[in-house]
Amino acid sequence: MLHIKCPHCGMRSQNEFSYGGDASVKRPELGKEISDQDWNNFVYNRKSLRGKHWELWQHLSGCRQWIKVERDTATHEIFKTLKANEEIS
Amino acid sequence: MSQSFRLENVGLINKNKKLSFKFNGKTYFGYEGDTLASALIANGIHLVGRSFKYHRPRGFFGAGVDEPYAIVQLFRNGETEPNIKATEQELFEGLEAKSVNCWPSVNFDIGAINNFLKIFLPAGFYYKTFMWPKSFWYKVYEPFIRKAAGLGVASIKHDKERYEHKYEYCDLLIAGSGPSGLASAYAAAKNGARVILAEDKARFGGTLLTSEVNIGNKSGKEWAEGIISELKEMPNVTVKNRSQVFGYYDHNMLVMSERISDHLPETKKFHPKQRLWYIRAKEVLISSGSIERPIVFGNNDTPGVMLSSAAKEYLKVYGVLVGKNPLIFTNNDSGYETAIEFKKNGIDSIILDTRKDPLSEIVEEAKNLGIKIKFSYVVVAAQGYKKVKSADIAKLSDDKEQLGKIENIKCDCICVSGFWTPTIHLASQSGNKTKFKEDIDAFVPGSSKQKEKTLGAANGIYTLDETLKSSFEAGHEISKKITNNDNKISFPNVVEKKSTTHDKFWCVPLPKGKNYKRFLDFQNDVAVSDIEIALKEGYRSIEHVKRYTTLGMATDQGKTSNLNGLQLVSKIENKVVPNVGHTTFRPPYTPVSIGAIVGREVGKHSKPTRKSPMHSWHEKNNAVFVDAGVWLRPRYYKKGDENLFEASKREAKNVRTNVGVCDVTTLGKIDIKGPDASELLNRVYTNAWLKLPVGKARYGVMLREDGIVMDDGTTTRISENHYHMTTTTAQAANVLSHLEYYLQLVWPELNVNVVSTTEQWAGAAIAGPKSRDLLQKIFPNSDVSNEGLPFMGYMEGDLFGVKARIFRISFSGELAYEVNVESDNGNYMWEKIVENGEEFRIQPYGTEALSTLRIEMGHVAGSELDGRTIPYDNSLEGLLSKKKDFIGKRSLVREAFNAEDRQKVVGVVPLDKKTSIPEGSHLVKDSNAPLPNPKLGYISASCWSVEHDNPFSLAILKDGKNMIGKKLFVMSPLKNKVIPVEIVSSHYVDPKGERVRS
Repeated sequence: MLHIKCPHCGMRSQNEFSYGGDASVKRPELGKEISDQDWNNFVYNRKSLRGKHWELWQHLSGCRQWIKVERDTATHEIFKTLKANEEIS
Repeated sequence: MSQSFRLENVGLINKNKKLSFKFNGKTYFGYEGDTLASALIANGIHLVGRSFKYHRPRGFFGAGVDEPYAIVQLFRNGETEPNIKATEQELFEGLEAKSVNCWPSVNFDIGAINNFLKIFLPAGFYYKTFMWPKSFWYKVYEPFIRKAAGLGVASIKHDKERYEHKYEYCDLLIAGSGPSGLASAYAAAKNGARVILAEDKARFGGTLLTSEVNIGNKSGKEWAEGIISELKEMPNVTVKNRSQVFGYYDHNMLVMSERISDHLPETKKFHPKQRLWYIRAKEVLISSGSIERPIVFGNNDTPGVMLSSAAKEYLKVYGVLVGKNPLIFTNNDSGYETAIEFKKNGIDSIILDTRKDPLSEIVEEAKNLGIKIKFSYVVVAAQGYKKVKSADIAKLSDDKEQLGKIENIKCDCICVSGFWTPTIHLASQSGNKTKFKEDIDAFVPGSSKQKEKTLGAANGIYTLDETLKSSFEAGHEISKKITNNDNKISFPNVVEKKSTTHDKFWCVPLPKGKNYKRFLDFQNDVAVSDIEIALKEGYRSIEHVKRYTTLGMATDQGKTSNLNGLQLVSKIENKVVPNVGHTTFRPPYTPVSIGAIVGREVGKHSKPTRKSPMHSWHEKNNAVFVDAGVWLRPRYYKKGDENLFEASKREAKNVRTNVGVCDVTTLGKIDIKGPDASELLNRVYTNAWLKLPVGKARYGVMLREDGIVMDDGTTTRISENHYHMTTTTAQAANVLSHLEYYLQLVWPELNVNVVSTTEQWAGAAIAGPKSRDLLQKIFPNSDVSNEGLPFMGYMEGDLFGVKARIFRISFSGELAYEVNVESDNGNYMWEKIVENGEEFRIQPYGTEALSTLRIEMGHVAGSELDGRTIPYDNSLEGLLSKKKDFIGKRSLVREAFNAEDRQKVVGVVPLDKKTSIPEGSHLVKDSNAPLPNPKLGYISASCWSVEHDNPFSLAILKDGKNMIGKKLFVMSPLKNKVIPVEIVSSHYVDPKGERVRS
């Protein structure tokens, strides 16, 4: 079970969190023209990386904040966690 | 019966406490401190089971966790449990056990005929044989295999024992209390670290209990006892016996099962039977020791052939002789220790040593004691069927390939030592890349991936002096890192016998003209010949060889067999062992009972049960409940002998004619506040929300980004910046997360707060033509007329002293209201409604009537909004704003979503107006068309329309908009039904929606 450092609450076990996918995906702006291809990429296409990956988790059974977690998908090593409003570096 | 193999004055058991137990129906005696195995051996019992495939007689092979043979069915306090190792099960008064995998008895086992058919049961037998004829699998082969397979029977009764889970944190977890575990625990504890020391067995000390060593002028055993009692006194140390650390997971999470009551006749009051520990350790020291490995020879599975270390343990710990005429077969010095112990107790043994002329202190000692030793000798085969009677032995040529003349010598047991295999399971589970250590012919942990270090024998260090030194150091270093303390322990003086190198010999060649079975895997009956066949047939990867032959796949997971299997594969393949590699070590290290894994999450605790504040009223009024997610909701209120169908019809009819009340507390409720609340709703819902006046409710549909409907519900503007959102019961949690996602990550600039208030409000839906009359009666001071509270209107009211929210919304399609009060007042509200509704003939209605009402009204719900449908499919396209963007809108232009014949919700009525239509049935054009019959749609929900008094269903149908009036067939292969139907509008009742506005 992963041990994830919530930037708001501290180290917590994985079972308090739910997974939210790739954190680098940006939702296209509302009301803006967007090509089918770009929209398709936003809705469906995700890389299945082996290695470092920024991803979203929600601290569901804690502060309910969405957080950003940099994790190695192969080793599960967690390098960094950020609050929702902090930019991935 | 007498314990004729029990020694006087030897052993660590309590001879003052005699215990009686039953094995296969016969009563025997043992002592407190015995295992079932040691007590049986004390009574001269060596035949305890039958092997898995050939049903060959099985005895004892080890003395602990590595045991492949002695698996029994245990009976304790009215319960039965399979897969119990007799070598691990401690004896208690009244214990009962039975042999497994034999019928009618272990002594006469019909299945043993397989032993004579073994030529027909080679590796991959099942894969090869049961392939044809194909039709046989289902009726003949599978039932036969199922009957034949398995070691023991699981109980089908409810397990009345209690199992617990515990979460624990520590600086240092140490797995194993042998010399390395004790030394490192002691050093770390003295340095102030929070330590958990776990020992699988009942007794602490590991090999110190059986080896002739001296530490700090004490015997190994005394030293161990001293350390343990000191550790037990320290507040920063938790010492646990009967506790197996069986799994090493990510981020230094280890799981340990503690057997609290398994060694007692019954579990004490308020005690669990077992406890599962989830331990998050900053650092882990693995001191799991090593397991002796066998040497492979003919009939090496005969009862009486066992590991020499096990023989020594039975003798030294339990005071039990495994035989009175032992033969020791060894390739290293360990066998000599066993022979010396026998000799000390007046038993003469013969040692066969595969080595030519080993020189060491122990060999010298054995010689001086007058023990007969034959160098360069091997056991060719054990003789005897149910117990070893003699051994065929022979001299080994210098190249170790040829056997000399075969002699037969009498013996009653053969104690084998093929050197030691480090127990690297935990290290490997942690992600540690193992490496092969040439000098011990075994794998040891390599570079650590997690914060773990392996000590002592588990790391291939077989001298006590080095083990203790490195373990003291490791305990000190690691604790220093954590606590910054630097209390050093003085290192005790260690006296041990020096040993010399082992012989790499591991498998005795077959003598000419003999085809003895030489077993590698003792539990799964995998012999040398099986591996040879697998390799001949082209299997190369060790993982494939394992699966094809089942080598190492039994409940012991090859603890005694894996390495010899690798040796064989590498020999045939002409490779070195590290190039063959080992199979993956996966948790659990030993079998863990399902009860321990499940813990307290059983029965009603498997998930929380949520009840509305009105639950007790429902119970008192004969409600029959149904699970709705984690909620319990009244399905119907039973009157007299009514069944579900009759009751729900009565309740629904009453709503249509008078008034009904339904508990809608379970609906998800989200409180939304903030200056940008309207903007958020406008983006989340498909329709327009910016101009909703205060005091008005609106129905809304929300989509996922892929255009699929996510949820629907009404949201009410309580005040300028305050909304009350409702969601479906099932989606409540998802919708909240969805809103939080957009507010926190996508549009953080929106100034809005959302919070779940599902449990804060109790809700009652009052529906039916007389609902307004009732409402007026319970809110005498409010104007609830059609003008005062119009359809989709909202007001606050005073319900006999209790503040209430009144929404004029309708799910039933009738004139209807929903009243919410704070949860604590829920029951009060309910009682007031029922009491005042009496004169309007009010009846409570459950979820079944609720469904009936919404289905015949054509209101879509969960069964239509099933994660596969878009707004058009549900006839909700009118709610799609053309003026604004919203979540998922961009996806709605997809070609398939706009196809001319796109599916749409319709109503379905059977032509005979009688036959009910099973939900999930398919709609087809021609019921006699050849298969596969093209499917046009499916029935999503069915009811008995109370308005029309005939069956009615909703369906999602291809080209639904052009199908009204067409005749199709409903087919349910499951229920074997073909029903001719007519497609009608989904709005089967009040299609213009006049009632809700009346």
